[in-house]
Amino acid sequence: MENILSVRGLTVDIPLAAGTLHAVRGIDFDVKRGETLCVVGESGSGKSLTSLAIMGLLPKQAQRSAQVLDFEGVDLQTASNRDMRKLRGNRISMIFQEPMTSLNPAYTIGDQLMEALLLHRKVPKPVARDRAIELLEKVGITAAANRMKQYPHQLSGGLRQRVMIAMALMGEPDLIIADEPTTALDVTIQAQILRLLKDLQRELNMAMILITHDLGVVARVADKVAIMYAGEMVEAGSAAEVFTAPKHPYTRGLLNCIPVPGKTAVGEHLGSIPGIVPSLIDDVDGCAFRSRCDEATAQCASDIPARISPAGHLYRCVHDYDMNQPKSGKA
Amino acid sequence: MLVYTLKRLGLALLVTLAVSMLSFALLYLSGDPAAAIAGETANAEDIEAVRIYYGFDRPWVVQYGEWMFNAIRGDFGTSYYFKLPVSQLVAERLSVTMLLGVCGISFALLTAVPLGVAAAVRPNSIIDRIALFLSVMGQAMPSFWFGLVLIVLFSIKLRILPPSGSDNWQNFVMPTIVLGYYAMPAIMRLTRAGMLDVLGADYVRTARAKGAGEFRVMFKHALRNAIIPVVSLAAVQMGFMLGGSIVVESIFALHGAGYLAWESIGRNDLPTVQALILVFSMFYIVFTFLSDLLNAWLDPRMRVG
Repeated sequence: MENILSVRGLTVDIPLAAGTLHAVRGIDFDVKRGETLCVVGESGSGKSLTSLAIMGLLPKQAQRSAQVLDFEGVDLQTASNRDMRKLRGNRISMIFQEPMTSLNPAYTIGDQLMEALLLHRKVPKPVARDRAIELLEKVGITAAANRMKQYPHQLSGGLRQRVMIAMALMGEPDLIIADEPTTALDVTIQAQILRLLKDLQRELNMAMILITHDLGVVARVADKVAIMYAGEMVEAGSAAEVFTAPKHPYTRGLLNCIPVPGKTAVGEHLGSIPGIVPSLIDDVDGCAFRSRCDEATAQCASDIPARISPAGHLYRCVHDYDMNQPKSGKA
Repeated sequence: MLVYTLKRLGLALLVTLAVSMLSFALLYLSGDPAAAIAGETANAEDIEAVRIYYGFDRPWVVQYGEWMFNAIRGDFGTSYYFKLPVSQLVAERLSVTMLLGVCGISFALLTAVPLGVAAAVRPNSIIDRIALFLSVMGQAMPSFWFGLVLIVLFSIKLRILPPSGSDNWQNFVMPTIVLGYYAMPAIMRLTRAGMLDVLGADYVRTARAKGAGEFRVMFKHALRNAIIPVVSLAAVQMGFMLGGSIVVESIFALHGAGYLAWESIGRNDLPTVQALILVFSMFYIVFTFLSDLLNAWLDPRMRVG
């Protein structure tokens, strides 16, 4: 199947007083229709900037460049503001991290939902209203017609995120980007929202990019996984490949940090990754992870080319890792 | 919304009552009113006669009740100086002041809000710098000085605007600019600060992510939230303009209510002063009430009584 979104060599630079911050350093990925790509990484790894770079919503001072940034044949780098506006909310939608503040407090839910459609289609208002009510019902909101008249402050966080999802779906997008959509919600609500997103994505056959730092989330919904570290994609592949045969020491570190029911004994220490993320101001040479890596050698200070395993699994590490070997260093 | 409106209305009425008591008390706070009316040459008998004639010998409560009852019917008594009904006097002068006030606040809002938005959209740009310069100038220049500068420039050097009077629209041009420019800096800075704050808000990013154009993002999504404190400020300034434009009215010899208040204080014309204080306070009360309603319309979170 054809890719909906192709990204090659995407970089985002932010000029600061202390030098240029290389927040995203040349990442590549593709998403196909009906596919979910999970982008995983810790805070500051460049995941949110990556999504904003696709949307063309980066902060003014940030500079974006890429070899390829193609959405269904449209080059997002050369597209005019007007063309980008036509794509946003219509063919590419985004759901944000913070449902409590992402809705405008001054307008009703109905107004804001209908606006998402009326901005892009010449349809009569009653049609937009019917579609809004239909989508509110679809995202599991009862008494949808009454909710339309309510204001954001009258809804809970979980409901607001459902409204945001409904709003993202108003224009029947081909691609939906969800930037940590469940981070601000209760754990019980998190699972509901995720299941909802996944179901909708399948039902409407959309492509979805789900940004998260929660590997538990990834295991449940991802077709493909991309692991980001310090603005770089250190590993990418199918969810099954990345989870069962992680190639990059950082990915293995992350996987060590989560308890596995049945395998992790009560009272056993969970893994952790020592050290901190290096500064991304000015040039970063070699592997950005080497200062925290148990397996680092002199080779790691030189440039690390991307390697691809026979299974189509991309990783950026000079070492070959054998799953059968005992883990070095850590207990 | 109805509960909120009624509560605000009740509050406004209470404030009105308190203000009416204060303006009535003014009669006695400034000394013996009978002695003041009788004049410096009067003897004790004359003063006593005046006291009985004006009814100052009766209990306070009776006097206040009578005054308030008459005031509600629009009767503020007779001016000691003009020997004319105060209500007639005030109504005449008020039309000039209200025209000036409305022009002044409109001028202030129409310059301050667009300038504030433009400054916030491009912080530290040339527009922002110009706006900052204009607002610092407006804060720093006293109204009387700025008024005189305009008179020198437009009336004496260029001879295109009349320096004084209140007969036709040309008379209002310079007073409007002086009064409006006095109110402009605060409104402009508040608009700019509000917009800067709101433009970083998540819901503004949501609006952009929906595909809304810049104009729509600015005016529909951002300004409506940023303007709320500006509404309250403008209401207070409007009250000030309708009541306190004494300096501006004096410089341009506009025969408005502020000018009348200033004259009446000098003449010890207490019924006129009382009526003006009550009317000026009513302006504040009415504008505060209206701004509360407007803010509740702008921000639904305020509608909870």
